[in-house]
Order: sequence, then C-alpha cells, then structure tokens
Amino acid sequence: MSDVQTFLDRLAERTEARRQAHGPEPTWIAARRQAGAARFDAMGFPDRRVEAWKYTDVRPIARGDFALTDSGDFSQASAAALTLPIVAHRLTFVDGVFSAALSDLGELPAGVAVLPLSRALAENHEAVGGPLGRLTGVEFSPFSALNTAFMEEGAVVRLAPGSVVKKPILLQFLSRANAQPVMSHPRVLIEAGARSQATVIEHHVGETEAANFTNLVAELMLDRGAILTHYKLQEAPLSDLHVASIHVEQGRDSRYTSFNLNLGGGLVRNDLITELNGEGAVANFYGLFYGQGRQHIDNHTLANHNAPRTFSNENYKGILDDRARGVFNGKVVVKRDSQKIEGFQSNANLLLSDRAEIDTKPELEIYADDVKCSHGSTTGQLDEEAVFALRTRGIDEQTARGLLTLAFAGEVMELVELAAVAERVELAVAGKLPERFNLSGLVEAAILLHDD
Amino acid sequence: MLEVKDLHVTVEGKEILKGLSLTVNAGEVHAIMGPNGAGKSTLSAVIAGKDGYEVTSGTITFEGQDVLEMEIEERALAGMLLGFQYPVEIPGVKNIYLLKAALNAQRAANGQGDMPAPEFMKLIKAKIAEMKMDASFLQRAVNEGFSGGEKKRNEILQMLVLQPKLAMLDEIDSGLDIDAMRIVADGVNSLRAADRGILLVTHYQRLLDYIIPDHVHVLVDGRIAKSGGKELAHELESRGYDWVVEESAA
Repeated sequence: MSDVQTFLDRLAERTEARRQAHGPEPTWIAARRQAGAARFDAMGFPDRRVEAWKYTDVRPIARGDFALTDSGDFSQASAAALTLPIVAHRLTFVDGVFSAALSDLGELPAGVAVLPLSRALAENHEAVGGPLGRLTGVEFSPFSALNTAFMEEGAVVRLAPGSVVKKPILLQFLSRANAQPVMSHPRVLIEAGARSQATVIEHHVGETEAANFTNLVAELMLDRGAILTHYKLQEAPLSDLHVASIHVEQGRDSRYTSFNLNLGGGLVRNDLITELNGEGAVANFYGLFYGQGRQHIDNHTLANHNAPRTFSNENYKGILDDRARGVFNGKVVVKRDSQKIEGFQSNANLLLSDRAEIDTKPELEIYADDVKCSHGSTTGQLDEEAVFALRTRGIDEQTARGLLTLAFAGEVMELVELAAVAERVELAVAGKLPERFNLSGLVEAAILLHDD
Repeated sequence: MLEVKDLHVTVEGKEILKGLSLTVNAGEVHAIMGPNGAGKSTLSAVIAGKDGYEVTSGTITFEGQDVLEMEIEERALAGMLLGFQYPVEIPGVKNIYLLKAALNAQRAANGQGDMPAPEFMKLIKAKIAEMKMDASFLQRAVNEGFSGGEKKRNEILQMLVLQPKLAMLDEIDSGLDIDAMRIVADGVNSLRAADRGILLVTHYQRLLDYIIPDHVHVLVDGRIAKSGGKELAHELESRGYDWVVEESAA
C-alpha cells in the first residue's frame, strides 16, 4: 500500500464515520474535501526533487500511520504546566480536537468573535465557506490539499471594523502522548476588519513523549488599516511532526507582524506568505529558530508586493546545535508596476556544533524599477574570544555561552512585546540566566540616577 | 600574593617566556616594560588563562593556589583580573549586564546573594562618574563601536566595580590621547590599596608618569633582565632598551 493510500483510506473511514454520526455535510465542504483528496492523490507527498522541498525529507510523515481522534481529554494539571502564563482569550485544541474544558474566552470586546471552527460551521457554515480556502487552495501544496480533505476543527477569529482586542487571543494546540500517533489538520481563519487591531498567539506544545502529526493551514485577512500581530510559538515535543501553511492577505495601510519562534518539533515546515495588495501595507516577518538534537526546521517565506508603496521587512535568526538542520528560504517578489516598494530581508545563523547544518537561500524577484530591496545571509559560530573575555570577568562558561547565544537572538527578541513569550524563548535558548528580566528596569534606573 | 617561578611558555611551538620569575606583593605596583616581542603580553595572558599558550615548565601561584590548575573564571573569582590591550567587542551583550553578571558571580563565589538593584545602581553610578563615562554606556553592547579610549576606560570601569586583588593591565595606555590617559591613570591610582597588587605591562614610560610604580622590570627575550625602582623607567625612556639587551646578553 502506498503512503498516499494510507492517508486516503483514513479519509474514507473518517468521512463514512462522520456521515453516520452527523449526517451529510454542507455540499461545499464535501466538494472541497473531494477536491483536496483528488489533488493530494495526484501530487502525492513531495520528494526532494521538488525544489520547494529540496532540503526537507517528509518521509517521516508519508510513512507514518496516523489515527484520527475525537478525544480532547488532557489532564488539567499538565495543561496548566504547559500553557503560557498570560492573561488571554484562550481556545485550546488537543490533537486538533476542541477542548471546552481547557478554553476560556473571557469577555471579548463588542464586534469580536473567537470560536472553534466546528461551532462557526454549526452556526452559519456559509459565512465560513466564503473566506475559507480563498487564500490557501488545494493547489498550494500536497499538505494544503491533505488539510482540505481532512479539515474539521480549528479557530475562527472575526474582528469587526474598528474593534481592538487588548488581551492577546491565544490559540493553544496541545499534543498528547498517544499509544498510536494521531494526526490533525487544523484550520485557522482570521478576518480582521478595517482598522481593527489584535494580537494572536498560536502556541504549539505538548507532552514530551508525544509523536503526532499536525498539518495546519492558516488564512489571515487584513482589511484596510488592520493591525495584526501573530506569534507562532512552536514548542511541540521533539518527536512531533509539524507542517504549517500560513497565508496572509493585506489591504491598504494594514500591518501584519509575524513572530515565528520555533523551538520544538522534530520535523517542522512553515510556509509563510503575504500578499501585499494595498498601498501602504506593511509586513514584518521576524523569526527565530533554535534546533538541537536531530530537529529539522524549515522556514519558507514569501512576500508578494502586488501594489506600489508596500513594505516588507524580514529578519530570521537561526541557532542550531548538535545535529540539527535548518532551512531558510525567503523570497521577495515585486510585481510589475509595484513601484516605490521596500523589501528587506536578512537571515543570520549561528551553528553551535560542527554537525549542525543550515541551508539558506534569500531570493529576490523584481519586475519594477523604482524599488529599494536588499537581502543577505550569514552563518557563523560563537566568538570564542568573547567567551574568553566574559570568563575572565568571573562569568562561568555556560552562562557566557548562554549570554552570547541570547545576544545573537537579541535583534529579534528585543521586538517581542509579550514577556511570557520572550521568557519561554530565552530560557530555551540560553538556559536560566539570573536577573535577566530585571535588566531593562536597571537601565532605566541608570538613566534616572544619572539625570538627577 | 602572586608568585611566578621560572616560567617557560611556548606559543605555536615557539618559546616566548624562558624562565620568568616575578613576585608581586599586596600593596605593590609593578611595571613590566620591554621591547616589542619580549613576551610582555604573554605573561598576563597566561595568568588569565588564554588559550594557545603552553606552559612547559615553571609555576604560577596566587595566594598559595596553583593558578595553572584553575579554570579561567576561577582565576577571576580568586581575584585576578586582566585588562585587555585590545578589549573585544561583544555585540548584543549590554555593558550593564556584563557588570551585573560578573559582580554577582563574584558575590556567589563569596557565598553572598545578588546585590540588590538600588545598591548596584548606586555603585555603578559612582564608578562611571569616576571614569567620566556617560550612563548611556551601560546600555550599549560591550565595546561595540567604542573608540580606543572608551574601550580602555571600560576595562578600568570593570576593575573599579569588581575590585580585584590583583589587577593586571596589558598596554592599557596604547592608543590613548593625553586626556584619556589621565582618566585611565586616575582610575588605576584609585585602585591602589594596601591589600591589592597591580601589574602594569607597558612599552612606554609615559604611563608611569601618571601611575608611579614601586617596581620596574625589564623583560628581554622571555626573562626579566633587570629590575629596579621607578627611576629605571626614566632611564629606559632616555636610553632605550638596547643597553639592557646588551647587558643581559653579556
């Protein structure tokens, strides 16, 4: 039986079971499923001859036999230990299944809806059917096709024009240690109305022994003037497999900021794409990936400048230890007549071990003549002279290395506004650095003392 | 305090120090002078524990402890600090964090907890004023984009904060204009104390007009060829090094 057939068989079983339990689905969903399955069947899993997958071997996924689950059970205590300590509007999914017990939306501002996809479909499936799949079709990749064939659950966020959500919206995806690995195909759909503003945290985390496959598709639509900050904090267990396709569409003067912070997962592939469709739209792609052991982390980004006076700014930092492998492929495309655009891109990598590897490829495609673009990438090791200099001041070697590693990540981490997120990342990257979090206060105190 | 006995050191197979002996007692300021290539910087680098220096024979003890058996950071925690000739730039690590981490490491080694923030700030404020540095230095990455003079002042600032038992300053005067030299010298002079040793390594006598040494040693070809008081420095200034080289060869 081929790898593809294993997945198609699962799909057939699932579809039949769903029909028996809930009756027929709305036609549009059934049609999309079929289209997804057909597309997946035709393409199969990508092998490494496909340029976009040249450095990432997906056989651990293709050869897996992943069950589907209906259970969202997860111990409250271990969920509490894993969750981000942050006040937020919270939706939790366990292996893709919505968990009401672990969700707490609190009070949402007027005009703001945050709900599981299943509920959004039950309430008004046509309102979902319009935007869903508009940005990420089944053609995008075999994984988006697979997701479309299997999709059942996920998160829908709707921000009415002018609405501002002060607290972050936390979408928490927990991976459970199951007897048989399971797969989930979550959909995230965010519709940010004109001049709305919100911060969404997508947090992937789980039990240490978990070995599941998550295949997520996110579609984020920013209308005129909308401001959306999107944290993707990936702390999944080291045997988890994770593929995410994130498509953003930006209207005039909108601002999308992505923090793609990848610490966990055994095999991770992210595709982050923005369509800058309206003048004045700004996209910031900030990334930090930290791999150890045999982790494989692949980030593909694409900024499509489809309109004049659009801006993209990308800064990805990679830190790889042990035998970890990283892939960075960042592309900026400037369409014909998209004048006065600015597109900046930078990727710097730090290899902490001789056996760690990075494949990095910044790309520019420009079909307009009045543009400002730059790109670059660097790869290096920790500066041993700096390690020595710190040690000569009595700082132990581990702290010295931690400090310097964190300093490397600094450019990206300085921009992280959520302390709980920054803390997670800093702890992972540098180990425990005492007093780290009082530093900004110290500096302010220094200036105050100096001024008086 | 510091005792160096018959020290032989090779770098990349080449013998640089060939039987150097030196004793620095608490309360003393020693200046090591000598022509280029005599091994002046090697001595302080070996004491600090820099990689690439192989001690083939001889001993270094500090307050009775075998320095060569100690890790780099242990040497610092024992009270030996080296001010670099070329301080390295450490992008992304703020000065204030280096100072705080270093000071707290020292306190931890002495069984003390971290210094409370207000006390720490008061201390730092006093020390940066002493080095005529602006508070904004604290927020900047260590030595990044600093001028030569600023880097040297920053080295002395670390000494003032960490109060070592033995301060070793490697060519601390190189590249300094006269104003910066005065500030650096004032900083070093403020470190003079009955319980502290200071070891200055310098090529030029000029610095010693500002920091008056108790002992001057001339290092020639990996050995101390001549020792004397502060007047020896003046003699070297007027006569150069050749006569010492000739004397030691004889």
